[in-house]
Amino acid sequence: MADAILAPSRRGFLTAALLAGGGLAVEFSLPLGRAQAATVGTSAVGAFVSIAPNGAVTIVNKNPEIGQGIKTAFAMMIAEELDCDWAQVTAVQQADANPAIYGPQGTGASQSTPNNWLPLRRAGAAARDMLVRAAAARWGVDPSSVTTAKGRLSHAASGRSLGYGEVASAAAALTPPDLKTVKLKTPAQFSIIGKPTKGVDTPRVVKGEPMYGIDTRLPGMLYAVYEVAPANGGKLVSADLADAKAAPGVKHVVQLKGVGPIDALVDGVAILATNWWLANQARSKLKLEWDLSAQKGHSWDAYVAKAKTLLAEKPQLDLIRSGDVEGKLASAAKRVAAVYEIPFLAHATLEPQNCTALYKDGALEVWAPSQIPAGGKAQISKFLEIPEDKITFHVTKIGGGFGRRLRNDYTVQAAAIAKAVPGVPVKLLWSREDDIRRDFYRPSGWHGFEAGIDANGKMIAFKDHFVTFGKDGKSAMFANMHADHFPYGIMPDAAVVQSTLEIGVPIGALRAPVSNGLCYAFQGFLDEVAIAAGTDLPRLLLDVFAEDKLVGEPDQPEKAQTAFSTKRARAVIAKAAAMSNFTSKPIAPGRAMGFGFYFCHNGHFAEVVDASVKDGQVSVHKVWVAGDVGRQIVNPMGAEAQVRGSVLDGLSQALEGQKITFVDGQIEQSNFHDFRLGRNDRNPAVEVAFVASDSHPTGLGEPALPPVIPALANAIAAATGKRVRTMPIDLSALA
Amino acid sequence: MKFDLTVNGRKRTVEAPAEMPLLWVLRDELGLVGTKFGCGIGMCGACTVHLGGKAVRSCQTPVSEVGKGAVVTIEQVGASAVGAKLQKAWTELDVPQCGYCQAGQLMSASALLAQKPKPAREEIAEAMNGNICRCGTYDRIFRAIELAAGTGGKANG
Ligand code: FES
Ligand code: FES
Repeated sequence: MADAILAPSRRGFLTAALLAGGGLAVEFSLPLGRAQAATVGTSAVGAFVSIAPNGAVTIVNKNPEIGQGIKTAFAMMIAEELDCDWAQVTAVQQADANPAIYGPQGTGASQSTPNNWLPLRRAGAAARDMLVRAAAARWGVDPSSVTTAKGRLSHAASGRSLGYGEVASAAAALTPPDLKTVKLKTPAQFSIIGKPTKGVDTPRVVKGEPMYGIDTRLPGMLYAVYEVAPANGGKLVSADLADAKAAPGVKHVVQLKGVGPIDALVDGVAILATNWWLANQARSKLKLEWDLSAQKGHSWDAYVAKAKTLLAEKPQLDLIRSGDVEGKLASAAKRVAAVYEIPFLAHATLEPQNCTALYKDGALEVWAPSQIPAGGKAQISKFLEIPEDKITFHVTKIGGGFGRRLRNDYTVQAAAIAKAVPGVPVKLLWSREDDIRRDFYRPSGWHGFEAGIDANGKMIAFKDHFVTFGKDGKSAMFANMHADHFPYGIMPDAAVVQSTLEIGVPIGALRAPVSNGLCYAFQGFLDEVAIAAGTDLPRLLLDVFAEDKLVGEPDQPEKAQTAFSTKRARAVIAKAAAMSNFTSKPIAPGRAMGFGFYFCHNGHFAEVVDASVKDGQVSVHKVWVAGDVGRQIVNPMGAEAQVRGSVLDGLSQALEGQKITFVDGQIEQSNFHDFRLGRNDRNPAVEVAFVASDSHPTGLGEPALPPVIPALANAIAAATGKRVRTMPIDLSALA
Repeated sequence: MKFDLTVNGRKRTVEAPAEMPLLWVLRDELGLVGTKFGCGIGMCGACTVHLGGKAVRSCQTPVSEVGKGAVVTIEQVGASAVGAKLQKAWTELDVPQCGYCQAGQLMSASALLAQKPKPAREEIAEAMNGNICRCGTYDRIFRAIELAAGTGGKANG
């Protein structure tokens, strides 16, 4: 029953086909949204599972792999229900963008696991069902008497057995079963899911085989750079391309006019040369004049000043208001108030944005490291006026996503450049400087918090004035408040109010979007409240979450599994506190623990950081993580990696000085010297415990990140008495 | 200008400006795309290759400075005993997440072990500090090097 909750509401469509050379190919169309479901057809491409006569199993991975391990996890889900041996899975191929077959193919918001957990298992189970029926027919026995294990079919009564490959072609001729009723294993029967499993691409990665977008090579290919305005939305006023055209190795210089939003195509000049370095060198020869007036005044310092003014003024919009927060604050025995600031951040995927494209005879073929391939295809079609059925969109392996590649700007650029030079394959590659300066940044934000504590040390009122980006109090996408999170539904007397300033630089989703900033501010402030109330953060949280509640989708009971659960929260909070022997007192001079909790992307996570501060240097000794992502960890080996990676990512944000600043829209950072990433000298012990609950398995790419930041900041406060209310942490202030 | 190079044991002749970095000679002129571009300023280590047995950042090595030194890239490092051992350890512990930095990590690690078969953890840390992993796989990298060197490989948790 619980399984129905996250399951697509329509059943998928299943077809089977005979592989060239014999064997079974099961093609399974995942259901699309309601409106589209009726038009889902079957197409000849894209089998999810195929079994060769020799028993080798090939699986197609539908979603982009960005390092989150989904390619391996999806293959495990299918292989589990197929009931083959994992060693039989000899290839896992990456699907092209084709939502008609694969359903939604985006990688983001940690939704790949929950959305595909049942559909992909059903695909595997359907293939198994056909193999069973084929074997039963060959033996003249009832299908119910045929069992499977490790890629073999057996009939116990007669002692006969067959390999899957031996009946694969016969199975291909059978009618596929109804996906709604196909039988799935119980968790106790799992032999692949839940076992630590190595990444399916690892053997190729360690040999340096070409797999990534940047590795794409086509005969006769030219290499491109795309020069754009130094500030977002700049218009190209005049261009003298002569010198660039005459530069060594340069074959074409093409001026392109922007079309559509900034994540489609912006004004720019493409230089195509025989290698990328020559193309990049020729940039200095371009004489371009830009109109940058639209960005005038969009400067970090100006934003900070404006935010301060807004914080002091009457809020523009009430997001949450319950009870009598002002009255409770007025009557409180103690009041705590603080302002928290969050910076703009870049994604800095290690593989810079790139895309390869070939436009020929009215058709376009692209090879793109994109997190949402179908979106890229649609955008190219719309803005470059190429019919979707004339676009083939290959998804490459991706050198890090973190949300950056949810935008397809570089994909559209490559396609536009290719369209300008028909018949010539073009690889567009951004320099690191391009990559840092043309990002869709994690937006900054400010919180003016206030809380009231009664004489018994109970928090009785909570208020946040959130200053963010948008218009007339309404926030822009990814600059929003989680209005259905704490204090909503939890605190009887609470208010969250909002004011906005206009945004100039592009903003977007960064790993655990919205949550990555909110968690730090809320959990940092609540730590201050806990101390003022004479308790500590885990105890304060256990107290406010004491009553069993589901918050988040109160009107949609079917979404209960994805809602915030105070019960699940308490379990991970208690677990993290117990694992770490948490104490809010310093454990040595200059050394203390800090606590953080958050719920996002369906995961409840509590984390403890043990850190020490000496001479303005912060050392992180250990991090404890307790997380609830449902009843089943699909791949413990991948899960551990995701949690550890998230923890290091959060620590780097806080401790490496990561901050994007700008003057009149021109980004001041450019490369890894001024936008630093963590190195191997910060490699704390990380102890992870997964607290199983009765919920569906949910994703792990994001939810472990947010709590580590306040846990670190709170540890520093406990160790030094210096509260960190601005990110990134100013180490000089700790010296 | 013409340059005669020895890349992965083969003589290769390339026509390139003297200041063109080896990285782009390898990737774009010779088609050896296993060596990765991350920053172009010597800050990330994704472009690490061996030149005369030493780990160098190919983005900071002009082709004119390569000279007679043997260039070895990720495509060939497995031919050495140390390289093969490291690749095996990397696979065993499933080091990569997105995998993009790993060619550079393996090249730095193999140069280290070739010179110092049993490095202490501090020596590993120092030799590998120039290699950024955006995904944070450092712990498994330490362990994989120690596994290959026969000095440990225990998880830090
Ligand atoms: S690309 Fe050479 S060090 Fe980053
Ligand atoms: S594995 Fe992604 S950068 Fe290292």
